[in-house]
Amino acid sequence: MASNLDIDRLRDRRRLMLRIRAFETAAIRAADEKLVLGAIHPSVGQEAVAAGVCAPLRRDDLLLSTHRGHGHTLAKGADAAAMMRELFGRDGGNCGGKGGSMHIADFSVGMLGANGVVGANINIAAGAAHGVKLRGGDQVVVCIFGDGAMNRGPFLEGLNWAASFKLPVLFVCEDNGWAATTSTRAVTGGPGPAARAEALGIATAAVDGNDVLAVEEAAQALVESLRSGGGPRLLHARTYRLLGHTSVDKAAYRPAGQAEARWADDPIRRATDLLLGAGVAQNVLDADAAAATAEMTAAFEDAKAAPWPPVSAAYDDVQDIGAVAAPAGL
Amino acid sequence: MARLSYREAGRLAIAEAMRADPTVWCLGEDLGRGGVFGQYAGLEAEFGPDRICSTPISESAIMGAAVGAAMAGTRPIVEMRFADFALCAVDELVNQAAKARYMFGGQSKVPLTVREPMGMWRSSAAQHSQSLEAWYTHIPGLVVIAPATPEDNYALLKAAIRNDDPVVFMEHKNLWDMEGDVADDATAEIGKARIACAGGDCTIVSWSAQVHVAMQAAAELADDGIDAEVIDLRSLWPWDEAAVAASVAKTGRLIVTHEAVGVGGFGGEVVATIAERHFASLRRPPLRLAAPRIPISYAPELENQVRVTARQIVAAVRRLN
Repeated sequence: MASNLDIDRLRDRRRLMLRIRAFETAAIRAADEKLVLGAIHPSVGQEAVAAGVCAPLRRDDLLLSTHRGHGHTLAKGADAAAMMRELFGRDGGNCGGKGGSMHIADFSVGMLGANGVVGANINIAAGAAHGVKLRGGDQVVVCIFGDGAMNRGPFLEGLNWAASFKLPVLFVCEDNGWAATTSTRAVTGGPGPAARAEALGIATAAVDGNDVLAVEEAAQALVESLRSGGGPRLLHARTYRLLGHTSVDKAAYRPAGQAEARWADDPIRRATDLLLGAGVAQNVLDADAAAATAEMTAAFEDAKAAPWPPVSAAYDDVQDIGAVAAPAGL
Repeated sequence: MARLSYREAGRLAIAEAMRADPTVWCLGEDLGRGGVFGQYAGLEAEFGPDRICSTPISESAIMGAAVGAAMAGTRPIVEMRFADFALCAVDELVNQAAKARYMFGGQSKVPLTVREPMGMWRSSAAQHSQSLEAWYTHIPGLVVIAPATPEDNYALLKAAIRNDDPVVFMEHKNLWDMEGDVADDATAEIGKARIACAGGDCTIVSWSAQVHVAMQAAAELADDGIDAEVIDLRSLWPWDEAAVAASVAKTGRLIVTHEAVGVGGFGGEVVATIAERHFASLRRPPLRLAAPRIPISYAPELENQVRVTARQIVAAVRRLN
């Protein structure tokens, strides 16, 4: 912890991680209480990847995420209350209650969507970067996917595409070790995502995904190389999914003691310990945690009280030509 | 007015759209050399390799990249080479392009046009011959167009590129060389049928290359004094129910003929809709004339087993009249 600047920065990143953790905690509670009806995929334990990768991004940079995308979306700057309403399926959600957790998006902050299909965001991200390049923009595109996605076809096609056209896209493999409920290592040939990317001529970096400042610094360097036209990069961030695949998955398939041991490596705990060691007072850090919890509790209560979308909205935004009319009376 | 081939008409539509709008671009395999059927010939010379983008053989990435590029403010024209190969990009088209606008609550449209050369074409066998247009009509969010003439290929392709919805634009491979008059200012409204030939005795509905088979049948029937009305739907979603209903109100007879397999084909939708909503107009049971549910063969005589011929249409009309 070299300077006050670093302390302030780490405290700021910790606050974002706390907000993500509190959001996930509130969302899990809402799922348990049947207020969130569809599946949610909590990112508890992976907050440092979201907070670190998004730190060097501009508002107009673009982000594509996954089914486990709440943290990424918050880190890109989306409003937590609107996100919570979306999870609850309520009016005022980012997507008007029509997408839910797995399709959360906020185009106003450059967040072009989570995705319910593993790996599907990779080609879309390459294309978004292609569009940016054609229009002469200087935005970068960040595509976060899990380790499971490296075994889908779009990983090959999208990375090759981005390399062939030298597109400004940062691929981030957020490696939590689990492909849904199967150990990724058990179903993966070769040494992993970085080796595959390098075989396509894409420079890579590896980082401890639970060290938020290390993630940020790695992402910062890669984003700078993207902005100077260096072509795509891949960041391999190793982390761990502290909870199950979904909020109802107890993850009993994990080796005994594995998750318990990994809680010691919780990225928020690591940031807290660093800040305490640097002399930041416990009560200051506690206040940051309390503020995050208060924000997400308020978002929970707001979403719970929010109205459902008008039923007629089911018929909106299908298509311009050939849209079917809502039944009379809606 | 110009005399153009179906292929040239499509190329002209793209060139005009690209001149008018710098965000329009094309991506697909071998486009730099003009595309596999020459339908992009000369375009790279005018617009450069960035906007006439020759891609890797990666249909999933071609379609997926187009989705991302459309959301990033461009208007991609996606070339799938053969409609059959678009099956490698079904997730990108059906789960992503068609649904992005809806599931993101209207935050973004996905204005892309997918060209899918379809249909039987000289012993191309089971993986280069299919007509899968009905599949796409089943997907909310998609517009589906299948032009039969050079003028419609020109006018509807321009309309498709202008439209903000994802459009599946299915050109028939057997029509590339067909010539026809194309008016300089030709326009066509997506969703409006074309009365290919007027008549009061029987309504024959078709689209794409099968329209021309129906027209042969109508000519033979005219020799017998039976006036068939041939309706070219041109677009399958939306499709012109009003035009078909008005015709059936006049003729009392309905035959739908298409090159695709009959089971689950779009002819079933047309027949069911007319039967449900316009039953009183029907004086005879409606008929579908379509391919049997077998794959398309290589050997000509076997391939011919899936073709609906003019003779079969004539015989069916005679049975109804």
